[in-house]
Amino acid sequence: MSSLSRDDVANLARLARIEMSEEELVSLSNEFTVILDAVARVQEVAGADVEPTSHPLPLRNVFRPDVVIPSLSPQEALSGAPAQEDARFRVPQILGEEA
Amino acid sequence: MIHLSAAQMAAKLATGETTSVALTQAHLDRINSVDSGVHAFLYVDTDGALAQAAAVDAKREQGQDLSPLAGIPLALKDVMTQKGIPTTAGSKILEGWRPPYDSTVVSKLKANDIVILGKTNMDEFAMGSSTENSAYGPTHNPWDLTRIPGGSGGGSSAALAAFEAPLAIGTDTGGSIRQPAAVTGTVGVKPTYGGVSRFGLIAFSSSLDQAGPCARTVLDAALLHEAIAGHDPKDSTSINAPVPQVVAAAKSGDVKGMKIGVVKELNGDGYQSGVRTRFEESLELLAAAGAEIVEVSAPNFEYALAAYYLIAPSECSSNLARFDAMRYGLRVGDVDGASAESVMNLTREVGFGREVKRRIILGTYALSSGYYDAYYGSAQKVRTLITQDFNNAFEKCDVMVSPTCPTTAFKIGEKSNDPIAMYLNDIATIPVNMAGIGGMSLPAGLAPEDGLPVGFQIMSPAMQDQRMYLVGAALEAALLSKWGAPLLSKAPELAGK
Amino acid sequence: MALTYEDVVAKYEPVLGLEVHVELNTHSKMFCGCSTIFGAEPNTQTCPVCLALPGALPTVNEKAIESTIKIGLALNCSIAPFSRFARKNYFYPDMPKNFQISQYDEPICVNGYVDVEIETDEGPMSFRIEIERVHMEEDTGKSLHVGGATGRIHGAEYSLLDYNRAGIPLVEIVTKIVPGTGKYAPEVAKAYVAELRDILRSLGVSDVKMEQGSLRCDANVSLRLIGIETLGTRSETKNVNSLRSVERAIRGEMIRHAELLNKGERVVQETRHFQEESGLTRSGRSKEQAEDYRYFPEPDLVPVAPDAAWIETLRAGLPERPSVHRKRLQEAWAVPDKEMAAMINADVLNIVEATVNLGADPTKARSWWLGEISRIANDKEVTIANLNITPVDVAEIVALVSAGELTDKLARQVVEGVIAGEGKPSEVIAARGIKVVNDDGALMAAIEKVCTEQPETAEKIRNGHLPAAGALIGAVMKETKGQADAARVRELLLGHLGQSSN
Repeated sequence: MSSLSRDDVANLARLARIEMSEEELVSLSNEFTVILDAVARVQEVAGADVEPTSHPLPLRNVFRPDVVIPSLSPQEALSGAPAQEDARFRVPQILGEEA
Repeated sequence: MIHLSAAQMAAKLATGETTSVALTQAHLDRINSVDSGVHAFLYVDTDGALAQAAAVDAKREQGQDLSPLAGIPLALKDVMTQKGIPTTAGSKILEGWRPPYDSTVVSKLKANDIVILGKTNMDEFAMGSSTENSAYGPTHNPWDLTRIPGGSGGGSSAALAAFEAPLAIGTDTGGSIRQPAAVTGTVGVKPTYGGVSRFGLIAFSSSLDQAGPCARTVLDAALLHEAIAGHDPKDSTSINAPVPQVVAAAKSGDVKGMKIGVVKELNGDGYQSGVRTRFEESLELLAAAGAEIVEVSAPNFEYALAAYYLIAPSECSSNLARFDAMRYGLRVGDVDGASAESVMNLTREVGFGREVKRRIILGTYALSSGYYDAYYGSAQKVRTLITQDFNNAFEKCDVMVSPTCPTTAFKIGEKSNDPIAMYLNDIATIPVNMAGIGGMSLPAGLAPEDGLPVGFQIMSPAMQDQRMYLVGAALEAALLSKWGAPLLSKAPELAGK
Repeated sequence: MALTYEDVVAKYEPVLGLEVHVELNTHSKMFCGCSTIFGAEPNTQTCPVCLALPGALPTVNEKAIESTIKIGLALNCSIAPFSRFARKNYFYPDMPKNFQISQYDEPICVNGYVDVEIETDEGPMSFRIEIERVHMEEDTGKSLHVGGATGRIHGAEYSLLDYNRAGIPLVEIVTKIVPGTGKYAPEVAKAYVAELRDILRSLGVSDVKMEQGSLRCDANVSLRLIGIETLGTRSETKNVNSLRSVERAIRGEMIRHAELLNKGERVVQETRHFQEESGLTRSGRSKEQAEDYRYFPEPDLVPVAPDAAWIETLRAGLPERPSVHRKRLQEAWAVPDKEMAAMINADVLNIVEATVNLGADPTKARSWWLGEISRIANDKEVTIANLNITPVDVAEIVALVSAGELTDKLARQVVEGVIAGEGKPSEVIAARGIKVVNDDGALMAAIEKVCTEQPETAEKIRNGHLPAAGALIGAVMKETKGQADAARVRELLLGHLGQSSN
């Protein structure tokens, strides 16, 4: 039987960047016990000899020529920005690796 | 006038009996009158629609060559970007966002002079089967306002059934065009994957998503299908081949000698008795029209739902990562000293609804290291098996058929706390998406026990979309002569304002 | 007491692993048609695709695929008959989709090698660096950190994002582990990056400007006791932005690791950042939990399956290998080994070649770039590439000197002027009024004036005391603002005072 603990859910929520209340962590963990049981059925028939299909179409080598096409204007690019400054997107301080 | 089919409206426009402005205004009036009860629309672009209609009328007056649907109004699912028009995908996280670009579908609608009335309601990011997951409140089924109109494209199907628009655009990842069509007594088509461009379609599950036409008749769906289909260099997964001749097929409806395969596994237990009755009756009508009914088996379809609920959440967990409060959309918690990370976390907590979060977490899990092979990898293998089932079956028949969904429309709120029960709604529609083939739902009548519409599903091999239109047109014609009037004429009159 | 480098290599063997990121020089981005020009105004080269607006889809730049295959071929790799893009999922504000389209278990090129040669006290030594893979991915946007002391991320109050760079095609070249370089590890790493850069430049696929970030190196270093098979714990030093820094960073990390190991401490597996000023590395913020990138095949793109004919066409079009090319130049220019090594070491070979191709004499071209211009670059603490002078300028100056229109001394003034931004050589000459005074009449006037002013010195010369001529020549040069040819002045002066110049 597959299940996810409250801590498992918390770790997944961290990876997925979603803040979750304690109540939400617990209830999702309960729901996942049921859902994972249902979806784990795929393992019953997924033998080693079956090729995975990641895409419904058998397409290959779809490319575009290296040609510049007009970009958005900076006004359009920034039109949805929650905050901006000097034609740049303004975002809260970034904690983490220095790029 | 609003009760006509799009093809009939087009004929009246062509003869000058009416104008696009008059037609558009009539639909705007209807929306104004009934939509407070139905809630099919999230945004109505009154000025834009009337301006577009006036422009088509002017072109017509100048004698310009116009497309078959020029001047006909349409309702656009809010998952398609339209430049300058609010586009939310039914989510709070995109509230107020106005895209700076048109989706390819919208560009094609505009090029065909089809008048866009506004944006229709949907389950948030197309995740759901009832439209109850919209952040902006549920849409109501015009047949019974206490019931769901299907989902995710419940706004589009309800708009058609309520005569707020004769045409609509839907998108179908696991049945989001076909199931709403089934429960509202309308026609919905999911073309072959790659038949209609996904550029500008806000992605839920990239390898499954497909936009398609919604209408009240098979011919209307075909006309809209040809207007929006075709190769698009902006979508690498778009098919570079001629569009199947679906309008000709819808006009012909000749099924003599065609083999129609009834899928053994998509019937029987779990299917409501009235659904089965109407399905059997439809088979008889098709046989009477000259088709040969055969039984086909698809043993791996029973794993389709499980595979779907791994693949779609996995892809969505990645597709929805871009909603992070940095470049557009909602931003929550941007107080002094807050970090980008905490703002992302808080915004995604507040901006996403419960079902979306559930699927993102599930997908994050299915892709995580150590679990990938067991979940996502196995689901991809099931996908191969389902495609093989279709290939085997299509050796024995030209199209496959089944009921579109196991039941008629359920009550709003009835299944909202039981995700698995909700997911079971899509059991018959999902295999089509897994294999990337074409699927159509059209009305097969009302279930005797509840008087609600039942949908009949037709599945055609990839790139053979015209076959489902042939069969759909034949069944539609047979049912129409049996009923004497379109099914929707039996729908209750909606209280106007 | 700090360890010396010699102490370190006496006891430990370094093992390297190098990851080089190259920005391709395509006109448009990897997955959209936005321009890639460096230095444009912020957010002027963005579109729905590279801003990751809802609904946008990527499309693959064919030229980028072609360039990557060429790189693979030049590095002796096999080209995969089937390869795919994959999504690498992690959140970061400079990456609009919050996943990077990259390649994971199906890269386009695998299993190659590069041979590099270094000069040592024991003579030239050759090393084979094995390549694990070459794959395609996309660059991120640029963040500007505002507030705080240094414009760095730590202590910043907020950040400003420019997505012009987001989506520029990147190729990542990853080596297998490189053991066996011993004390030469830093030089070998530097030579490898230099060789890679020369190969990429010869292919014409990238600007390979380390200082602009179009070629960036991440260096993995670990130490193990000599004779021990087990690998030590490695550190990864990011964004080493010049050839010299590659060498410094690896040397510095070797010493740091050895100090830890000698004290019985553990080397932490972590990312470190190279500090250009100090030559040391600084620990990156250690992550509380390991990242899980959740790679999966990119569903918006289809597989890349280059056919043999395409690959062979690209192979046939490959240019001469830089090592072969260098040998050919050395012969053509008749340069001794030591001089050649000096040019390679100072990284002026290409620029000298370009100057020679514009008609300059190889020896003269070499002496300008390696001499005066290198000296100015050193004084300014910049690389030659960053100086405001081009092969065209130098070729023009060399030509003017050969034509006798400039003396070497004047030519140095012209070089200075060009570097100072005063324009092309001709413009500098005009603006500064530089010209060789070869009008004998003007020189004679100056000589007569000087002799009148310094009659005693003139008298000494008349009496055959030739060493006194220097003072008068100096005065004449001063009188003519340095624009006279000193040899001619001497000739005329001595003639004027009745002496032979021979």
